[in-house]
Amino acid sequence: MTSLVEEFQYGLDAPICLTWELTYACNLSCVHCLSSSGRRDPGELSTAECRALIDEFERMQVFYVNIGGGEPTVRPDFWELVDHATARHVGVKFSTNGVAITDEAARRLAASDYVDVQISLDGATEGVNDRVRGRGSYATAVRAMERLAAAGFAGFKISVVVTRDNAGQLDAFAAIADRYGAQLRLTRLRPSGRGADVWDELHPTAAQQRALYDWLLAHGERVLTGDSFFHLAGYGQSLPGLNLCGAGRVVCLIDPVGDVYACPFAIHDAFLAGNVLRDGGFARVWRSSELFAELRAPQSGGACTACSAYDACRGGCMAAKFFTGLPLSGPDPECVRGHGSTALATVPAGSAPRPSQDHSHRRGPVRVTISRRRPADRAGFESPLAGLPPSPPPPLRPASRASAMAPDKASVSNGRHVAG
Amino acid sequence: MSTKDAPFDLDGAWRLDERVSIRPERFGALLYHFGTRRLSFLRSPVLLEVVRGLAEQPSARAACVRAGVRGAELPRYRAALAALAASRMLVRRSP
Repeated sequence: MTSLVEEFQYGLDAPICLTWELTYACNLSCVHCLSSSGRRDPGELSTAECRALIDEFERMQVFYVNIGGGEPTVRPDFWELVDHATARHVGVKFSTNGVAITDEAARRLAASDYVDVQISLDGATEGVNDRVRGRGSYATAVRAMERLAAAGFAGFKISVVVTRDNAGQLDAFAAIADRYGAQLRLTRLRPSGRGADVWDELHPTAAQQRALYDWLLAHGERVLTGDSFFHLAGYGQSLPGLNLCGAGRVVCLIDPVGDVYACPFAIHDAFLAGNVLRDGGFARVWRSSELFAELRAPQSGGACTACSAYDACRGGCMAAKFFTGLPLSGPDPECVRGHGSTALATVPAGSAPRPSQDHSHRRGPVRVTISRRRPADRAGFESPLAGLPPSPPPPLRPASRASAMAPDKASVSNGRHVAG
Repeated sequence: MSTKDAPFDLDGAWRLDERVSIRPERFGALLYHFGTRRLSFLRSPVLLEVVRGLAEQPSARAACVRAGVRGAELPRYRAALAALAASRMLVRRSP
């Protein structure tokens, strides 16, 4: 029997993990925003167009969509669209900073099997979180979590992007999740969108990556990862979930104007498959785009094929390579064997591709303390963290090894972690 | 998840949980449970036929026979059905 990884390489009739960013508008200006959100785009899909897209999801049997943004709840029709999706048996999991989670909204969400909520939190403490997400964002997230817990919403998600600053807080995040009856979700910091500006300073160190891997092996059954750490499989044992780049195969992104990209971390013309309005609908783009056909064809591992870890990590994350200026057929910038850092040293300053669009706030509520990287930073003249108090990463907990995951031999795989 | 030791009553009457949606794929099918928010994969078209037949057949064993599962293959299908029951994709029904 072929493995699921092999089957998934050739794509599915519909994505498993479809991210739909409803708007580029956001009340925050997180320094690592992968969609460079802030301001609404005038071409964003209308309510009627969104409803028609949901109807198409139902016809394609898309089980659920991950709705994000921007901050999706700032769209005036957000709740109407959630209701329309659930009426069409399309589940919704939406990511929010918590700004619109009132007591009433929490009660309403708790009552539905078809809606799941993911609260973004990038620090287990206010200082660490607000440095990345902006002043007041920790308090907003905590208030939303309190309201969801009080409304009896069991198992909502707390979604954390693992950074150099919070990699030592994994146990503290798990404790927060326990306190609110929530489930912890850890995902990888990508150099996408504004994330490219802070990636050098915020991506976990090699030692933190190793400790994260050990922590995930020990706690992986309880923690979701969106399968985003498959590059860590190069350490040896695979983490739960799909150890494969799902871009265009099981994953894709629909952005607020209806553009379909291979994955949420690849908002760039190089990964643009088509548009749901101009190219005959989402199903047509998913099934017939040339870009997706290429991504589903057998890939060359390039320089990586000579490495003994290649079968495990499959060369890592396409978007991470692309936005750090590395060739797609080479190692991931965070390759656990160190090949990525060697390759990064050869990338000329300023040569990495920039995102194709930027909806960042031009001015106004930018409440962040990490400055945007200026070109000089690449050359090491000035650190974007300059002026901040030094904050060495707290000591990581001793690595504990997990018992081996049972290899999947049955005819059924329970994919709780797949694209979770 | 270990599946091979899970008990499963092949002679009982079963059906898919009503909150489970099935999407056929080339390799078999994807299942999604809206209550538990879990995905499962049916990794053969025959297993998909078994699962689809559960509600109409008097027993899971009958659904297997109907889908063409032969005796020697039965333990493997029993294990697969046990895994689906353990993740609440399948529920018992009155015969």
